[in-house]
Parts: sequence; structure tokens; C-alpha cells
Amino acid sequence: MEYVNPITGFRVDGRRPNEMRQLKGEVGVVARANGSALFEMGNTRVIAAVYGPREVQNKGQQVNSKDALVRCEYRMADFSTGDRRRKPKGDRRSTEISLVIRQTMEASILTHLMPRSQIDIFVQVLQADGGTRAACINAATLALADAGIPMRDIVTSCSAGYLCSTPLLDLNYIEDSAGGPDVTVGFLTKMDKVTLLQMDAKLPMDTFETVMDLAIEGCKAIANYIREVLLENTKRLECQRG
Amino acid sequence: MRDLQLSLNQTQRVRLEAALHELQTVAPAAAVTVADTIPVNDEDNILKGHGTSDQDGEVVATLCGVVERVNKLVYVRTLRARYKPEVGDIIVGRVIEIAPKRWRLEINFSQDAVLMLSSMNLPDGIQRRRTAVDELNMRTIFEENDVICAEVRGFQHDGSLHLQARSQKYGKLERGQLLVVPAYLVKRRKQHFHHLEQYDVDLILGCNGFIWVGEHVVVGENANMMENKLNLSAEVENFTPLVTRKHICRLANAVRVLSALGFTLTVELIIETAEASVSSNIEINNMLGAEFYVQTAEREVKRRADLLRKKSGAR
Repeated sequence: MEYVNPITGFRVDGRRPNEMRQLKGEVGVVARANGSALFEMGNTRVIAAVYGPREVQNKGQQVNSKDALVRCEYRMADFSTGDRRRKPKGDRRSTEISLVIRQTMEASILTHLMPRSQIDIFVQVLQADGGTRAACINAATLALADAGIPMRDIVTSCSAGYLCSTPLLDLNYIEDSAGGPDVTVGFLTKMDKVTLLQMDAKLPMDTFETVMDLAIEGCKAIANYIREVLLENTKRLECQRG
Repeated sequence: MRDLQLSLNQTQRVRLEAALHELQTVAPAAAVTVADTIPVNDEDNILKGHGTSDQDGEVVATLCGVVERVNKLVYVRTLRARYKPEVGDIIVGRVIEIAPKRWRLEINFSQDAVLMLSSMNLPDGIQRRRTAVDELNMRTIFEENDVICAEVRGFQHDGSLHLQARSQKYGKLERGQLLVVPAYLVKRRKQHFHHLEQYDVDLILGCNGFIWVGEHVVVGENANMMENKLNLSAEVENFTPLVTRKHICRLANAVRVLSALGFTLTVELIIETAEASVSSNIEINNMLGAEFYVQTAEREVKRRADLLRKKSGAR
């Protein structure tokens, strides 16, 4: 199948190879959570809720009482994919993604400022159209910032792939299931550091670099957008407070 | 609008948007988000406070909020975050556990607060060492799920937060409503206990964002009340009259509307809102409806405009 039109250079959904899908971020969508956010990348839609920092519920999980314990749960809604299927709770895929998100967020949260407490992050995929991992990390970042949890930097994530000898930014479901390489990058914009790098295929060294650079560019664009959303929200709250 | 699910009609939506837009134009705030650089003029000697960190010689915000400067200190004041205790704060909390010689309280902090048996007055009012018998009788003072008012005593060496309740005004709160609002909406003031005489209601604005609206209790006669409790006839007198209960509900709903709109909660504003609902003939159950919500926003806009005018007039 042609994923990039050889004449026009457009992709299956009409985007250019280095074009991202429409972003939308909204803060404060769950009433009872300390922080929450909805994040959309095109048709991928993810909701995140953050509870805490709060008292550690299961003392056995606490490794180091000087740092906050970060927990994360990723789940896909039954209705999120094309075929409606009940997904068992602890399947391998979601356990792995939970772990990935947890490690990425833990790297940016200043856990030493909140000793003897725990932070719970719940992310749920409402609509899956490729790049859920990236969207989940972005949603979690927004929700953590909304909850007023101190962070080193804004972590953003974006995926990129390589199909029809073209590097493609922000793969959708069709491109994702084409079987080509899919590189997901988590990036700290201000500090210029990579916190997550996942790839599930082989890619020549020099191509990999261009693909990764493309993904990093995507991360930077998302970071700008997220900061805009947060700044606007902060200004609104402050003005209403008076 | 986190807490209220409103169904606004077209005109109400336009009015609300206009009012909120009006508020936006008033205050130019130095808002920052995570990883924003905070501009510092004299680089050498500033103190970096909460919510800031040092990255390659730059002062960088680690939180979303508003930059505050006090002399050389630069810090970020957060908005929607959990409560950050300071010594001497008056807080309202809920007992979640009884442990040896202490109660554990949920106060919207990053960990549970501890109220030691030894740091509170005994009901009989006698100063003495707490015995094992006192320890066994702890449930007669506070049980699980009781709502308590106390004061922040300080942090222990291990980082846990201790409370104290060494006065008659602290203690168990009964016959009223507990409201949970974001902590940034309550400002620290001299007075957090308010007795609203016209309603016969006590209003406690806890610094942690827990707000108590309840029937007025006479503090000085607390000792007598303990005796009264022994009399069964007193139980009947302890019944809260309907008028007071209505007042409690009205004030509580005023707090709910104000917190949903994100306005700072002061006694004056709460009373004003409750009075406004009376004067415009709005029933208690309709206070959380769209119309009153919009009216409250509009009233606040007017109030702030008046304040501004007064300020410029004084100059």
C-alpha cells in the first residue's frame, strides 16, 4: 500500500510528511481529581487524572520515604478501538505502557519535595488512532501541572515513523499498523534531554537519526502548545480570584 | 467550571462570558508555567523560594502560578495545588484513623496530619498527664469521620505535620456542613472563625480549603454543655431549628457558587452572596442553578469595578 502519495507527497489522511495532527488540550475535566486533563491528537483522545500528593496507601510499595511514590495506570476504554472488545485489566500491553508513562513522568517530577506521599496518575484512552503512548504522556504532563506538582520541565512525547522511504511525523492508526518502524520519543524541551525512546523495528543508523530529529521537533511543538494551554488557564484562575 | 454542571441558555452564556471576560481585563498578572524562565534583574543576590529551581544560572519555575517578589525573595505562588501548611494556620480536617495516642486527620496536605492526645485540651478542662485510661477513651473525644477544627503546630523532624487544639474554640464540629474548596481561594487572615449573628451560624474558613458552616456554639459555656449532655432533656434542645438549618444551607450554597466561579472566599463576599439570593427571591435549591451563577459573576464584576474606582478616586 502507498502511505505517501508519490505525486503529491501527501499521506493517507492528507497530511504532509512532517505535519502533525490537530492538537487540543483542556485542563480541569475531572471534578474530584487534584489535576486532570483531556488531550487530543487528531482522532486520538486521552483523558488523564492525577490524585495526590497524598498519604501512601500501601506502605509496602514505598521504597524510599524521602521521595514521593509515583504510580500510573493506563487503560484503554472498551469503545476506544474499531472493534469493541473487553480488555482484561492487567494485560501485557497496558502494563508495559503504564510502566513507560510512570518512568517518564517520574523523571520530571521533583519527588524529593514531597516526602512520604504518593502521586497517582490515571490515563484512559477514549479514542485510539495511533500514538496513544505519546498522547498519554502529554495528557499526564498537563494533568500534573494542573495539580500543582513541581516538575523539572515539561515532558512531551511524539511518535515518528519511516514508510515509503519518507520519515513521517505523528503516525495515525493506518500508518502505525503498516508494520514499519515506530519511534516514540519523550523529551524535556528546556533541558534538551530525552527521557523516553522506544522503537519496535529495525532502522539504519542515519535514517534513525532523521526520524528521531523529526520526533523531537514534534515534541517541541507540542511543548509550546501545552505551555500556552497552561498559561491561559493560570491567567484565568488568577484573574477570577482577583 | 469544575464543580458545577450547568445548563446555560443562550443569553446566560453570553452574559457569563461577558462577565468573565471583564474580569480578565482587570489584573495583569505575572503568570508563569512549568519551565518558564523568571526574569531576575540583579542576578547576584536573590533568594529562590518555593516553585523555583536553578538551571544553568537561570531561575526557572517548577510550577504553574504567579511570580511573587518580596525584597530579594522570588517564589511562585501556586493556584490549583494542594494545601501547604504554615505554622499557626487554622484548619478544618476529618479524622480518618485513631492510632496510639494520636488521631490522623485528612487535611488536603500531601500526607495525613497528626493530632496528639497530649496536644489537646481534655474535655474536663484539667491540665494533667495523659494516662492509659485517657488513651483508651480517645474515641469518646473524636471518632473516625468526625470533623475537627485545629491549628497547625509545626513539622516534626521526620517531616510529619502536627496539629494542636489547645483552646475551647477548637474541637469537634457538629450540626453543619463541610465544604471542600481549592485551598488557594482562602486567604490567610487574622480571623478565621466567624459568628454570623444575624443567622446564628458559625463559619470557619480553614486555610486548607475546608470550610465549615454550622450552627452557632457558645464557646464559653462548653463546660456546662458537657453536663447538659448528661440530661436527656437537653437532647431535645440540641435540635437545630429549621430557620438555622435553612441559613446554613443558603450560606453553604453561596460558598459553592463562589468557589465554582473561582472567586476568593471572604466572609463579606459569602454574606453578600447569600443576602443577594434572599433579596432576589431565589430559593435555596435554585442557588446552584444557572441564573444565580451568572448573577453572582456579574455582581462580582461590578464590585471589583467599584473598588477600582474608589482606589483611583482616593488618589
